[in-house]
Amino acid sequence: MAANIFYFIVFPGFLFTAVVGLLVSWVDRKITARIQWRVGPPWYQNFVDFFKLLGKETIVPRGAGRIGFLFAPLMGLIGVTLVSLILWQMNLDPQRSFMGDVIVLIYLSILPALAIVIGGSSSANPLGAIGTSREMKLILADELPFIMAIFTPLVKIGSLKVGSIITYQLNHGMMFTHHLSSVIALVVAFLCMQAKLTFVPFDIPEAEQEIMAGPYIEYSGPLLALFKLTRAMMLFAMPVFLITIFLGGMQFNGWAIIWSIIKYLVILILIILIKNTNPRLRIDQALKFFWLRMFPLSCIGFVLALVGL
Amino acid sequence: MNKLWALKKSIWVYHVCSGSCNNCDIEILDCLTPKFDLERFGILLVGSVRHADVILATGSITRKALPRIKRVYEQMPKPKLVIAVGGCACSGGIFKNGYNIVGPYDKIIPVTAYIPGCPPKPEAIIDGVVKVINSL
Ligand code: SF4
Repeated sequence: MAANIFYFIVFPGFLFTAVVGLLVSWVDRKITARIQWRVGPPWYQNFVDFFKLLGKETIVPRGAGRIGFLFAPLMGLIGVTLVSLILWQMNLDPQRSFMGDVIVLIYLSILPALAIVIGGSSSANPLGAIGTSREMKLILADELPFIMAIFTPLVKIGSLKVGSIITYQLNHGMMFTHHLSSVIALVVAFLCMQAKLTFVPFDIPEAEQEIMAGPYIEYSGPLLALFKLTRAMMLFAMPVFLITIFLGGMQFNGWAIIWSIIKYLVILILIILIKNTNPRLRIDQALKFFWLRMFPLSCIGFVLALVGL
Repeated sequence: MNKLWALKKSIWVYHVCSGSCNNCDIEILDCLTPKFDLERFGILLVGSVRHADVILATGSITRKALPRIKRVYEQMPKPKLVIAVGGCACSGGIFKNGYNIVGPYDKIIPVTAYIPGCPPKPEAIIDGVVKVINSL
């Protein structure tokens, strides 16, 4: 019991994910700054932002749904903490895996997006409502190809456990380098992850230049801090999810640590480069992109996996 | 104490413009361009006043904008600061005697610092913000 609480709160749950998440968000800001020929913020900037927001006043706007407004940030935070917790437990010890944990992970990884929907729609702000409706459409768009893509390698090895896919990859090499179906699935899952992180070109719900901050617009102080933290943690947890499924997982014995970090950094830098070199899509273009391009592509990957490629 | 330290290192600004000639606003945007790069001091431009610590106000307040300015100020979470940027915001400037001018910002809301100039240079704006931070 005590051990479980430790896992949840300190390592590899909340504290670990939060600290690393805030650090990698700094990497994001720094690389963005370097691309724009700026200097960029110091490494502790995100921590300072977080603590500053904790010290500010919390305002619940008149007309807002109090319960939804106050609890939405917490819900997102719990979702992403659980995703990270489960993923790291399984990477540390594949034997801990249970039947159908991939499904649990996929469900939990929607929680932050659902939290944004609940928070935005209970904030009683027209721009928040627009942002919320866009967020909902974006979930509908990216969820289907994402699930198909995640299931492709699982179909290949015929198991619903994260643990068994990690052990399979330990014995047979990465899914990504050995199976054509997984290559296709990784591309699809990667682009869907960009939408799940709401980064450009899929930052349609926030769209700073059109609808200010979208669903976050009425949030202030600690609640906003929780949302920012959730986003930072997602930036850490989602790439780890993809690495676990497609790129052989994270190992921690000897030199494998460095190899794991390199895998993560490559994915992170790819995300940041895509973010900085693309314009924002409209929501209908994003829907078309996911339903008419990514979904058939993920179907092709799925069929290839079924015939054993 | 620690709160204050965090606030000093991470100032998020919200930009309010009421009846300015738009020149001060362009200078504010200049500050945020890569050349001056305010993000290295933790200063960010935010889109919603609920996220902001500082209001950068330009122009002299017009009758029409008066209720909005008051409301924007009230919507901001504490601790809150207002910096008046430009001659208009400090004293009314060249629009001082206009028929639709209610007055400079300090008549309506508490102003922490004044940055005069028509328009002030980006260096002057950065200097003003730094002075505000040091005075906290
Ligand atoms: S101070 Fe000068 S530049 Fe600034 S808004 Fe007024 S008239 Fe324009």
